[in-house]
Amino acid sequence: MKNFSYIQPTTLDDALRATDTSEQFDILAGGTTMVDLLKLDAIAPERIIDISRIASLEGYTFDDENLRFGALARMSDVGDDKTLAQICPALTESLWKAASSQLRHAARLGGNILQRTRCPYFRETHYACNKRNPGSGCAALDGGDTGLHAILGGSEQCVAMYPGDWAQALIAFDAVVTVVSSKGTRLIEFADLHVPPGDTPDIETTLKEGEIVTQISVPVSAAMKGSHYLKARERESYAFASASAAVGVLEDGGVITEARIALGGVASIPWRAREAEEYLEGVRLDEASAFETGRIAFSEANPLEGSAYKIKLGASVVAGALLTAQKRARQEG
Amino acid sequence: MPADSDLDSRPALSRRSFLTNTAIAGGATAVGLKTRVVYADDIKNNDDGLIADDTLPKVQLTVNGQKRTLAVEPRTTLVEALRDTLGLTGTKIGCNHGQCGACTVLLDGRSVNACLVLALSIDGSDVTTVEGLSDPVGNLHPMQSAFAEHDAFQCGYCTPGQILSAISCIEEGHASTSDEIREYMSGNLCRCGAYPNIVAAIESVRDAKVEG
Ligand SMILES: Cc1cc2nc3c(=O)[nH]c(=O)nc-3n(C[C@H](O)[C@H](O)[C@H](O)COP(=O)(O)OP(=O)(O)OC[C@H]3O[C@@H](n4cnc5c(N)ncnc54)[C@H](O)[C@@H]3O)c2cc1C
Ligand code: SF4
Ligand code: FES
Ligand code: FES
Repeated sequence: MKNFSYIQPTTLDDALRATDTSEQFDILAGGTTMVDLLKLDAIAPERIIDISRIASLEGYTFDDENLRFGALARMSDVGDDKTLAQICPALTESLWKAASSQLRHAARLGGNILQRTRCPYFRETHYACNKRNPGSGCAALDGGDTGLHAILGGSEQCVAMYPGDWAQALIAFDAVVTVVSSKGTRLIEFADLHVPPGDTPDIETTLKEGEIVTQISVPVSAAMKGSHYLKARERESYAFASASAAVGVLEDGGVITEARIALGGVASIPWRAREAEEYLEGVRLDEASAFETGRIAFSEANPLEGSAYKIKLGASVVAGALLTAQKRARQEG
Repeated sequence: MPADSDLDSRPALSRRSFLTNTAIAGGATAVGLKTRVVYADDIKNNDDGLIADDTLPKVQLTVNGQKRTLAVEPRTTLVEALRDTLGLTGTKIGCNHGQCGACTVLLDGRSVNACLVLALSIDGSDVTTVEGLSDPVGNLHPMQSAFAEHDAFQCGYCTPGQILSAISCIEEGHASTSDEIREYMSGNLCRCGAYPNIVAAIESVRDAKVEG
């Protein structure tokens, strides 16, 4: 790991001032992605701005209209929150099923949504990687191990998978992100935060240089009660998703009136399966229609040899998640 | 002087003046009050090529109840500070990337992977390692005794981390069923496969607590 200048601001103001520099910098929150990648030399910033002690970004609050999460709230605290589990189980389940208890204690929500891909060739600097080193090629597409790569939203330059879990619940429920820079504050729809690789895999988000995420907020909606996050992994726990789904359903008179479906472990960015949602709305949800919805969610998939298994697995995960969500939606109270 | 400075002293790097009087002198100031600034190129080598400790920033930690002041590089991780600087080698390094849990310690009461924490980032914090679990006269912590009684290890390499996670598991109320224990403890790998006995040890401490 190369050494770096290190600034630990205790106010957002000081953090923004620290971004006003000619040194190439990265933000550090809980450090569980950052320190990992620093050790690998996959990133080597000249300056680190450690925002983990800006107390004003730690809290989270719920009211009838919005669930608001400070960018420095911990995955563990929010994942364990009983009130949130009542309001929207998919939001707590997707945190609880991520990483490990130690990582969730350290990691913050802002860092969580901005975690980097686990593509092994991005992590190891001796491989060609258009994301880490634009123009160098892509070791995964050159016939590497592609078991954990994207089958949706990839490009000819990069098929890295977005590995996070919580983001799927956020995109399913129309979250909005507040970002602040020295130029002011703006809101970004969560669905517009991440960008697919296209010809520029090194550009992963629509954040501009010097912008800091301060809050993630999710509008309360009726389909939250009937929500679920289902995650299939290579082992029972402590593994990234092979395929996952965050779903929410609302039923009326036996048919689905609102469906929200997002896919994890399969796409280059947090992925909302809009066509699958449209199919399900107005339909009676049973095992057959659940699997049909799953099939539609992957109809545009473009897998490599190693990632082809995700189509069938992912469709089943969508189906399973929907049937559990339906049971929840039907529960009284 | 330690490497703490303030951005005002670097017009070339910081085009705007700010942070007057906000640099921490020596890093020992109360936590959470002041913005800390450390420049990489303020850290100098001695003639022998080794880093000159007096140019390093300092971090104050309460480790197992004792206040310790350490000189660290910005890139020094907590597990390195514990093992290499303080000589507390009970905390192990397995993967060094957050994937195994051998380096688990309690940071302000919460279990974390010490290999992914920058020492400088936790100035003023409380750290508990396996060395700090027994009482002053050497009686083992109930979780340590339970691991011994239940044969919850073979080679013992993962054990310090397992024990700290296990304590955290009970503290946080996530030990109600063996499935919940397994899920909570999944961040601690054991290549000897002592898992069933680890779960049994945790259950016994949980049950003793309920009865006691
Ligand atoms: C072994 C292992 C297993 C894991 N398993 C899972 C898993 O199963 N599911 C899962 O979802 N995650 C998993 N993770 C990833 C983990 O959840 C993330 O590393 C963590 O959430 C990142 O949060 P952090 O606060 O530590 O971020 P950091 O590492 O501090 O930062 C992450 C990124 O976000 C940027 N950043 C952070 N905060 C802000 C902000 N407020 N504004 C702007 N930029 C910001 C940083 O510059 C950096 O690029 C795993 C990690 C490891 C090491
Ligand atoms: S898939 Fe993307 S991240 Fe992985 S090697 Fe190719 S370009 Fe790099
Ligand atoms: S050494 Fe820290 S998790 Fe493996
Ligand atoms: S006892 Fe050997 S690794 Fe766990």
